[in-house]
Amino acid sequence: MQIPCPLCGPRDLREFSVRGHALGAKRPEGETWSVDWDDFIHNRDNPAGRTEELWFHGGGCSAWLIVDRDTVTHEVFGARLASEGGQ
Amino acid sequence: MRYSGLQVLWQGLTGNRGWGPAWRDPDPKSEYDIVIIGGGGHGLATAYYLAAEHGLTNVAVLEKGYLGGGNVGRNTTIVRANYGLPGNSEFYSHSLKLWEGLEQELNYNVMHSQRGIINLFHSDGQRDAFARRGNAMINQGDDAILLDRAGVRKMLPYLDYEQTRFPIYGGLYHPRGGSARHDAVAWGFARGADRRGVDLIQNCEVTGIDIEGGAVRGVQTTRGAIRAKKVGIIVAGRSSQVAAMAGMRLPIESHVLQAFVTEGLKPVIDHVVTYGMGHFYISQSDKGGLVFGGDLDFYASYAARGNLPMAEHVVEAGMTLMPMIGKARMLRSWGGIMDMSSDGSPIIDKTHIDGLYFNGGWCYGGFKAVPGSGHCMAHLMATDRPHEAATKHRLDRFTTGRGLMDEEATGSQHNLH
Repeated sequence: MQIPCPLCGPRDLREFSVRGHALGAKRPEGETWSVDWDDFIHNRDNPAGRTEELWFHGGGCSAWLIVDRDTVTHEVFGARLASEGGQ
Repeated sequence: MRYSGLQVLWQGLTGNRGWGPAWRDPDPKSEYDIVIIGGGGHGLATAYYLAAEHGLTNVAVLEKGYLGGGNVGRNTTIVRANYGLPGNSEFYSHSLKLWEGLEQELNYNVMHSQRGIINLFHSDGQRDAFARRGNAMINQGDDAILLDRAGVRKMLPYLDYEQTRFPIYGGLYHPRGGSARHDAVAWGFARGADRRGVDLIQNCEVTGIDIEGGAVRGVQTTRGAIRAKKVGIIVAGRSSQVAAMAGMRLPIESHVLQAFVTEGLKPVIDHVVTYGMGHFYISQSDKGGLVFGGDLDFYASYAARGNLPMAEHVVEAGMTLMPMIGKARMLRSWGGIMDMSSDGSPIIDKTHIDGLYFNGGWCYGGFKAVPGSGHCMAHLMATDRPHEAATKHRLDRFTTGRGLMDEEATGSQHNLH
């Protein structure tokens, strides 16, 4: 599996670690425990198929990326900087 | 037909003409008391215990592929009860006791082999942690023996005792641990359930769950609608998709866990051995292949195959522990799809929908749990009360934070187990 880092170009899976579903970018408001926090921390759509995830390019440019990927075929469709936001 | 040594002899002398199919291949009826979604180890075990222990035989198991074609056939067959936390501890202890009587119970040779498991440790801190775990196992009524380096060396003379990065300080020996024949476990439960009247329906994919007024009414399948008073979702590896049919989002991420087997060799590894530097464990199958594995690939996957970096890591770990396996040729590798729950422990519980029950989140511990999981799930579905060995496997523990079973003490967070 290779991930096309927008800063470094296509790089090997070994250089990256994964944080999970790109949902992780949207934190609930407030600090008190609520069903929103439970949902944010624990529950996942966990799709079988195309999805967007947060990946960290720790072995490269240290950028956080949103990677567009298929969980069934392992095909990677593209990646963009998480700092550019958006789902 | 009852299987026995005498029967094998008789059939051998009469041309093996008397063997029949081990289970029927019925068409689905339009209604059952209980429908089990998923004909894997856990689903078949649940159906078996519903019939055998609770007398409930108007039961169907719906399987989208063939019986035992999922994770029960894609694991490394380790059976053990060496957990440390309340919840997991009594549950896996219960399961191991069921394993110990399983062949007589099912009249089926599941090749359960209690060859012993040795968890190696490599530092003073790790020794303390393993001593604590061993005490927890003994408190639970199971067996654990703390071996020093010489004790390990006597049992496992083939390890590399010269290496300095992860020197072998000793091991935690669990004599009743071991392995079993994975397919036979599914087949044995399938045969036992079928003989008691359960319909095992293959090539029947559930496409929807019918819910009216907060209660389950049945399921839609590729072979028509089936009404049911109670429905159990027992599809670890695909839990999120099936639960979504009932409008549920689960605290589960699916991950691929790879495993590997070499060509058949003469007996060389007598136990199950785990390496404490990370994740590497190995045993030898009855066919002679060295079966080993390591960590998750650590990205979400339903591919049932992994990538090269983890394969390399596992093989490198194996070589540092026991260089003798370097000349064995690897025959196959495969991946199982793990229901990874956020605290690393399983779920056996009712859902918020009346008559709908959920069993999943087995992480990488599903195989050894098969009898215990089926036994406790059957108890829950038959009586609407949790079995005493599975009272802590609740679905709401994530929401409340009460009773989390965080075996690795890493927090209830995905990606950390």
